[in-house]
Amino acid sequence: MSHGTGNIVALRPFPDAARLELDDAQLRANLRRATHTIRDKRLRVVGEVDDWEDLRRSGAAIKDDVLARLPELLEQFEESATRAGAVVHWARDAAEACDVVTRLVRETAAREVVKVKSMATQEIGLNEALAAVGIEATETDLAELIVQLAEDTPSHILVPAIHYNRSQIRDIFRSRMPGVAAGLTDDPPALAEAARTHLRAKFLSATVGVSGANFAIADTGTLVVVESEGNGRMCLTLPQTLISVVGIEKILPTFAELEVFLQLLPRSSTGERMNPYTSMWTGVTPGDGPQTTHVVLIDNGRTATLEDEVGRQALRCIRCSACLNVCPVYERVGGHAYGSVYPGPIGAILSPQMTGAGANKTLPYASTLCGACFDACPVRIDIPQVLVHLRQKGPKPAAERAAFRSLSWIMRDRRRYAAALRAARRGSAPLRGFGRLRRLPWPASAWTDSRDVPLPPKQTFREWWTKR
Amino acid sequence: MRIALFITCVNDLMYPDTGKAVVSILERLGHAVDFPAAQTCCGQMHANSGYRAEAMPMVRGFVDTFRRYDAVVAPSGSCVAMVRDSYPRLALGDPALEAAVAEVAPRTYEFAELLVDVLGVTDLGAVFPHTATYHPTCHGLRMLRLGDKPLTLLRAVRGLELRELAGAEECCGFGGTFALKNAGVSAAMLADKCGAVDSTGAEYVVAADNSCLTHIGGGLSRRAASTAKPIHYAEILASTGSAQ
Repeated sequence: MSHGTGNIVALRPFPDAARLELDDAQLRANLRRATHTIRDKRLRVVGEVDDWEDLRRSGAAIKDDVLARLPELLEQFEESATRAGAVVHWARDAAEACDVVTRLVRETAAREVVKVKSMATQEIGLNEALAAVGIEATETDLAELIVQLAEDTPSHILVPAIHYNRSQIRDIFRSRMPGVAAGLTDDPPALAEAARTHLRAKFLSATVGVSGANFAIADTGTLVVVESEGNGRMCLTLPQTLISVVGIEKILPTFAELEVFLQLLPRSSTGERMNPYTSMWTGVTPGDGPQTTHVVLIDNGRTATLEDEVGRQALRCIRCSACLNVCPVYERVGGHAYGSVYPGPIGAILSPQMTGAGANKTLPYASTLCGACFDACPVRIDIPQVLVHLRQKGPKPAAERAAFRSLSWIMRDRRRYAAALRAARRGSAPLRGFGRLRRLPWPASAWTDSRDVPLPPKQTFREWWTKR
Repeated sequence: MRIALFITCVNDLMYPDTGKAVVSILERLGHAVDFPAAQTCCGQMHANSGYRAEAMPMVRGFVDTFRRYDAVVAPSGSCVAMVRDSYPRLALGDPALEAAVAEVAPRTYEFAELLVDVLGVTDLGAVFPHTATYHPTCHGLRMLRLGDKPLTLLRAVRGLELRELAGAEECCGFGGTFALKNAGVSAAMLADKCGAVDSTGAEYVVAADNSCLTHIGGGLSRRAASTAKPIHYAEILASTGSAQ
C-alpha cells in the first residue's frame, strides 16, 4: 500500500525541532494563553451536554462503521455526487492530487483562486503547486491569511496563527498586506476590518474557489463545510468553479449521522455550542452558486493507515484540535516542532502512519502518555494506546534495545532482580553523604541537566521485609 | 482477605518507606499482608517504551505471582494502571494469559482504592501537622479514575493543611523515557509544575506515585527558592505525628 507524501513528513527529529521552539519565550506565552482560553471554553460547553459521553461513543461508532465499509461508501458517494452534477476525481498521493487540481484550475484559464481553510490542501501542498504554474492562491480564513502573508506555515489545525499574538499580527499586516493603513492598531476589530477589506476584492474577482470538506455524505453526494467566519461561504458560493479536496475518511453514510458530529465538532474545536456557518452543497444547482464543481478524493496514506488494526482509529479524527489544546507537550513547543500539518497528539499518531514508519520516527515519542488527549477527543481516539503501539512497531536505536533487553533479563527473575537492587543500593552507598546527585554522565545527563537524582537509602524494601 | 503487596521497582530500591507505610497502615487496620518474594517489576517502562516482547516476561511473572490473592495493592497509580489497563491488551492472542489477567487485573488496586472502595476506610487516625499540596498524577487521574480518593484520605489527617495546586491536573513532564528522549520539553513542563508547587508555599508536595515525585523533587531541589519536599501520601497516612 502506498504511503502518503507532502507536508506530513517531518524534516527534523522532534527533539531537535522542539529544542529550537523551546528557546522562544514569546511563542510559549502566546501558546499558553491561547490554548488555555480554548481549553476552558471547551470544558464549559462540553459540561452543558448531559449525554456527552454517549455522543462521543456514537461519534466513534459511526466513524468505525465508515472505516469498515469505506470502499462501498466511497463508490456510493461518487455515484451520488456525479448524479448531482459534480465531477469526482481520485488521487493516490499528494503529487497526484496537486496535478489534478492544477489541471482543473488551468482549464478555467484563471490566474487566481480563493481558498476555504482546508487541512487536505495544506497536506498536499496545493498552494505551492499552484504557485509553481503561476496561479495565486489566496487563503481567506483570517488565521490562514496571517500565516500566508507571513510566509510561515500553520502551527495548529484550527488556529493556524496561534503562535502569534495580536501585535505580531499587526506588524505582519502593516508590512505584508497591500494598501493597509500605516496607523493600523492591534485592536482585534481593526485587524479584522483590514483583512475584510483586503479579502473583499479577492472574493469579487476570483472565478475559482478551492475548499476541503468536513464531511461528505455518501447517499446524497453532499459536501459539508463548518466554519466560524463566513469567508468560506463566500468562496463556496461566489466563484463559477468550485474544487473540493477531500480525504477519503471524511465520508458519513447519510445525513442522519451529521447530527452527532455537528454537536461534537464545534464544542470540541472552538468551544462554541454551534459554529456560525455550516455550508452544504450537492453537485450543481442551475443558476445558483458554482456551475462547475469538482471533488478530488485523496488517499495519501489513509488506506495504509486503515490496514493497522490498532492505529486505524486515528482515521476517526474530525480535525477538531481539542487534543492539541490540552496537550502539555504541544503547549510548550507549538505545532512547527511536529514537522507535519497535523501537529500535537493526533499528528504524533497520524503523520507516522500516513507516511510509514521510516519517516516521522520520533513523533510517537513526543508524548508523556499523560492521557489528556484521549479524554478530550470527541471520537474517543485512544491516542496513548496508539502511541505505544507505534513505538512497538517502529525502529529503535541499537544501544537502547540492548539496554532494555538486559534489563528485561534481570527483571524477569526474582534472584537476579533482588541482586540488582542490592548492587544498586551498595554501589551508590559511598555517595549517600551527598543526599542527591547533581551531575551524571551521558546518557543520564539528559536527566541531570535539569533535575537532581535521589540516592537509594540503606535498605531496599525486600531487605527490610526479610529482616522484619 | 488475603492482601498481597506489590512493591514496584522504584519503591523497592528508592522509596522503601512508602512500602513500610502501606504495611503499617494495613496491619493497623487488622489485615494480614503478604509480600510475595517472587515479584519483580510490572514491565511498564518496557511496554511504554515500545519493548513489548521484553515486557511480556514481567507481565507473566506478575500474573503468576499474584493470582492466588484476593487483592493486590500497590502504592503507585501508574503501575496499577499498567496492570489494569495495559495487561489485558498485552495478553491478547494468548488465551491462557488472557484468562489469568482477567482474574488478577480487576483485583489489583492502587492503595487509596483499596482503602476507600474495598476496605471502606477514609479516616486512618493519622496526625501530620504540616502544609502540603497534592499533585494528582496522570495515570491515577485518567487511567484509574482515582478522583479525589487520595484527597479524601488526606482530608481526614489531623493537623494537615492542604493547599490548592494551580494546574494540578497537568503532567509534570516525567513520562518515563520521555524525560530523557525529550529532555528539553520535559524540563519546561517540570519548571511550570515546580513553579506551581512553590507558589503554594507548602512544606510538602504529595502524590500517589514516587516516580512523578522523583521528577518533581529532582526539579525542586535545583531551585534556590523551593522548599517543598516530595512525599508519598501513604507516608502521611501512616504518620502518627512523631518526628517527620
